[in-house]
Amino acid sequence: MKVLVAVKRVVDANVKVRVKADGSGVDLANVKMSINPFDEIAVEEAVRLKEQGVASEVVAVSCGPAACQETLRTAMAIGADRGVLIETDAALEPLAVAKLLKALIDKEAPQLVVLGKQAIDDDCNQTGQMLAALTARAQATFASKVEIVDGKARVTREIDGGLETLQLALPAIVTTDLRLNEPRYATLPNIMKAKKKPLDTTTPTQLGVDVAPRLTTLKTAEPAGRAAGVKVSDVATLVAKLKNEAKVI
Amino acid sequence: MTAGKPILVVADHDHVSIKSATLNTVTAARQCGDEVHVLVAGHNAAGAAVAAARVEGVAKVLHADGAALADALAENLAAQVLAVAPGYGHILFAATSTGKNVAPRVAALLDVTQVSEITRVVSADTFERPIYAGNAIQTVQSPEAVKVITARMTGFDAAAAQGGAAQVESVAAVADSGLSAFVERAVTKNERPELADARIVVSGGRALGSSEKFNAVLTPLADKLGAALGASRAAVDAGFAPNDWQVGQTGKIVAPQVYFACGISGAIQHLAGMKDSKVIVAINKDAEAPIFSVADFGLEADLFEAVPELVATL
Repeated sequence: MKVLVAVKRVVDANVKVRVKADGSGVDLANVKMSINPFDEIAVEEAVRLKEQGVASEVVAVSCGPAACQETLRTAMAIGADRGVLIETDAALEPLAVAKLLKALIDKEAPQLVVLGKQAIDDDCNQTGQMLAALTARAQATFASKVEIVDGKARVTREIDGGLETLQLALPAIVTTDLRLNEPRYATLPNIMKAKKKPLDTTTPTQLGVDVAPRLTTLKTAEPAGRAAGVKVSDVATLVAKLKNEAKVI
Repeated sequence: MTAGKPILVVADHDHVSIKSATLNTVTAARQCGDEVHVLVAGHNAAGAAVAAARVEGVAKVLHADGAALADALAENLAAQVLAVAPGYGHILFAATSTGKNVAPRVAALLDVTQVSEITRVVSADTFERPIYAGNAIQTVQSPEAVKVITARMTGFDAAAAQGGAAQVESVAAVADSGLSAFVERAVTKNERPELADARIVVSGGRALGSSEKFNAVLTPLADKLGAALGASRAAVDAGFAPNDWQVGQTGKIVAPQVYFACGISGAIQHLAGMKDSKVIVAINKDAEAPIFSVADFGLEADLFEAVPELVATL
């Protein structure tokens, strides 16, 4: 069974982004970029399926500029067998990414596609669901457990109020939540090995996909800040303030 | 132009009643246009349809009832929305686990882009939404003929659950796609208010040290205040609290009247989930903890002493 994993290059989760003074976006110059954490979980899950003998090959794909090669090498250092870069400098909306991934799936024919549930830059939480719709496949989002049993995927999902388990016909699309697994640290030998793994490059044009953005971003602003609060000396003062000043208790 | 077309809200419900997040979504919908319809797609869901019809500002309820809609499976629910979609200029979902699961599927099938987790309607085609875990607010304009949107509950007041008298119209239910099947659901039993819409939230972090201490220390405070319990990602990852208690960028987004952060350092991801709370109280023994920078009232103290004292004083 072939497994395809989609990985996005995003600003590292530990970087506090700054909004540009002219409101045109966030300042991405010289900030550390990493693999989207949810996508890292997706790669780990696919590699574990291979280690269990369920998956035969793990293919990582990334859409974006040439620098996404680094993201693909990270995925290959975790254990993906090869990488595909769909190279473009255009800003990609989730619908465009879903169309690119569909075009690649039409060629690669994976039985399972695993993606992160959302990217931590645009926080859209759309691509996996859109891909499932475009390919007319079953979906299980926000997965906390994935098993392949009798030719079907059995996926436990994190939902409001608890957990839900679904059974999906394959091929299927799964998006990962935080507690699906804890990705391994790539070892130095595996990082070296990843440099030699095959990495193919294609483009939206070659895949016949129009990636022009639909939305217009009018401005990007800092969120409204909170006024600085006060420190209270003891519990009695805290209770008095909550009762008399804030009047919320 | 989509101006003048009715707005569709896809209800989040349990077949008997509608979830409160739907009320907030109705408010967002009314800011997009005048005529708001609600789709209740479920199985034996007449109760939810009647409840939706009573919501103030709802002009019509579409009720689709069928076995394929019993478990809100994304494939079937998206197909149901598609079946009624013609004629609508906006389709709104609450940004709940159900809404987030289904909305992008609907958008892709309509070949339109989606605007996720809006917090403000600027005009019928322009919306504000947080990006980078709430560290920036983007204003986006959508030229799409149908605007598919998820609305974040904390961005909109709840519409009144009573006062409306909309007609309920039955619509044909879609057949099962056969792609996915429901196996089981394990819902956390909870006597407390729902985390997402509680008036008071008591939240704990890694400093609690264990699941036992988490419960022993925070439960009395939550009981006393009638509060929901929440947790930081670190506390959930460590197994101190169930995953659906997680407050933060990738968990629940809450905006209660009072938020008690006990032993929570205040990572960016956590702040993104609670910084719109009206009053934030932080109890932490680390004077440098970032949580103090957003707290209205900060108490630098050992939570194992301060929280019981708080319970005794209240």
